[in-house]
Amino acid sequence: MKLIFEKSVPGRHSSLLPACDVPAYELPEMRQEPLDLPELCENDVSRHYTQLCQRVHGVNCGFYPLGSCTMKYNPRIDEEMAALPGFTNIHPLAPAASVEGCREVLELAAKYLCEISGMDGMTFQPAAGAHGEFTGVLLIKQYHASRGDTARTKIIVPDSAHGTNPATAAMCGYDVVNVASAPDGCVDLDALKAVLGPDIAGLMLTNPNTVGIFDKNILEITRLVHECGGLCYYDGANLNAVMGHVRPGDMGFDCIHMNLHKTFATPHGGGGPGAGAVGCKDFLKKFLPKSALMEGEGSIQVRGFAGNFLVVVRALAYLMTLGKEGVPEASTNAVLNANYLMEKIKGTFTPAFDRVCMHEFVLDLSEFKKETGVSALDVAKTLIDNGMHPPTMYFPLIVHEALMLEPTETESRETLDEAAEIFRKLYDLAHKDPEYMHNAPHHAQIGRPDEVGAARNPIVRWTRA
Amino acid sequence: MAIPNELRYTKDHEWLKEEDGVAVIGITDFAQNALGDVVFINLPEAGDEVVAGESFGDVESVKAVSDLLSPVSGIVKAVNEELIDAPEMLNSDPYGAWIIKVEQVTDREELLDADDYETLCAEEG
Repeated sequence: MKLIFEKSVPGRHSSLLPACDVPAYELPEMRQEPLDLPELCENDVSRHYTQLCQRVHGVNCGFYPLGSCTMKYNPRIDEEMAALPGFTNIHPLAPAASVEGCREVLELAAKYLCEISGMDGMTFQPAAGAHGEFTGVLLIKQYHASRGDTARTKIIVPDSAHGTNPATAAMCGYDVVNVASAPDGCVDLDALKAVLGPDIAGLMLTNPNTVGIFDKNILEITRLVHECGGLCYYDGANLNAVMGHVRPGDMGFDCIHMNLHKTFATPHGGGGPGAGAVGCKDFLKKFLPKSALMEGEGSIQVRGFAGNFLVVVRALAYLMTLGKEGVPEASTNAVLNANYLMEKIKGTFTPAFDRVCMHEFVLDLSEFKKETGVSALDVAKTLIDNGMHPPTMYFPLIVHEALMLEPTETESRETLDEAAEIFRKLYDLAHKDPEYMHNAPHHAQIGRPDEVGAARNPIVRWTRA
Repeated sequence: MAIPNELRYTKDHEWLKEEDGVAVIGITDFAQNALGDVVFINLPEAGDEVVAGESFGDVESVKAVSDLLSPVSGIVKAVNEELIDAPEMLNSDPYGAWIIKVEQVTDREELLDADDYETLCAEEG
């Protein structure tokens, strides 16, 4: 398929603008050469993007159990609300008095999300999850700095934490201390105690963690970190498993981010926009970033204006649609669906941890690979031929040959039964015709991309021939 | 899978060869096979201190990023800079593509001989 720039024809255009009815204004001459933009008519553009849509697999195409990504169906009413002209036809620099409705959206969303997370203050500035982590850890850093406590140079990140956590800690200038998991998938308390001390700024934890297990020792963990003077950061990546049932604030966390685009149903996975709402307890509120339309006492700003406002509108529409009863019901069903699918798959592929899971579970294909020579990658690629998006592969790293499935609450029993049947079929196929699976997919838009070549010699920018 | 007799090994799949008090360190055939195609390597600089059992760099494959753990404590004498442009050498010639050389060695991890390392690999298989 050609890039939109390659489809460009000089002089072709779409005349959508009415005649100018205000005096012309010449921009100051800053740019010396003309803009190299594609020239197409509306029909060309429409077909181009429709073709792109046909080449990908989205939540609207079929089952998308990409573990850790919460690819739930996004209700159309959220889109309808986000498309209201009162929200779309505004300017970031509009006088505050003219956008009171938008302020109300932000404040109401903050109120509800504080209620769900057990926090006292909230900012919507961060653009997505990792940006939220960055902002949250900066709150921790500012807190220690404000007390003159400069000896705290390390952040603890358990090995079952989300992959971005160590990167966040490093970006904020901290050294990362890894803590191993115990065999049950929870944080090893003795290993944690061994690293706690006056040099620890805090702990970053995902709960339930990346193997889909709720850490039963969470109160003990946060107490131990607080005792040594550190703060606790909650990565809300897996909030979909527990929202409305248990609150990070009650688990002992001091600050948190929530991926509004994941948990609160905004289309995601295509590069954004997202929203990483960051919440904190009262004593950290004074460090929250300044944000347009919202109170924020702190001095930092992590993004322009109010963040990705329309994502907040969608999240608020979602919350108001579900209500107080619907929010916990959604996570209950997310957990139920994951356990249902795990039980249906058992007997063929083996779960990495044989216990009740939360909203996602991990299959360990290392024995299966020894038996058949078929890897987790081969299974993932063959799933594409069966109309299903592959699960997350080779993550978390603590499980070898991992496939991680998160069905979410928006899938029906029929879909889950069908998925389990596909897994059973592939299990049998691997024993009969492993070669076929080594070469899958056979019916997709493309075969296997050259991932090694793409990583070693990335071409990230198109240049005109 | 190749496990040369003359080398010593760690449980974390690094190999080590000592030449005149200098420890030459790389990753094993088993390690490169488990990692898959290596696409990037992060190396220390000559003069840096390395600590036995701690990370001195990392290798990135299409699958994942893995720490390189030093089998010894000491000072980095030399770094194989060829690997920066050609990390695939770790796949094609794991025992030829040394990663770092360490001098002033003070401490070392428990090392395995080729037979014991082969047993370990068979277990992890």
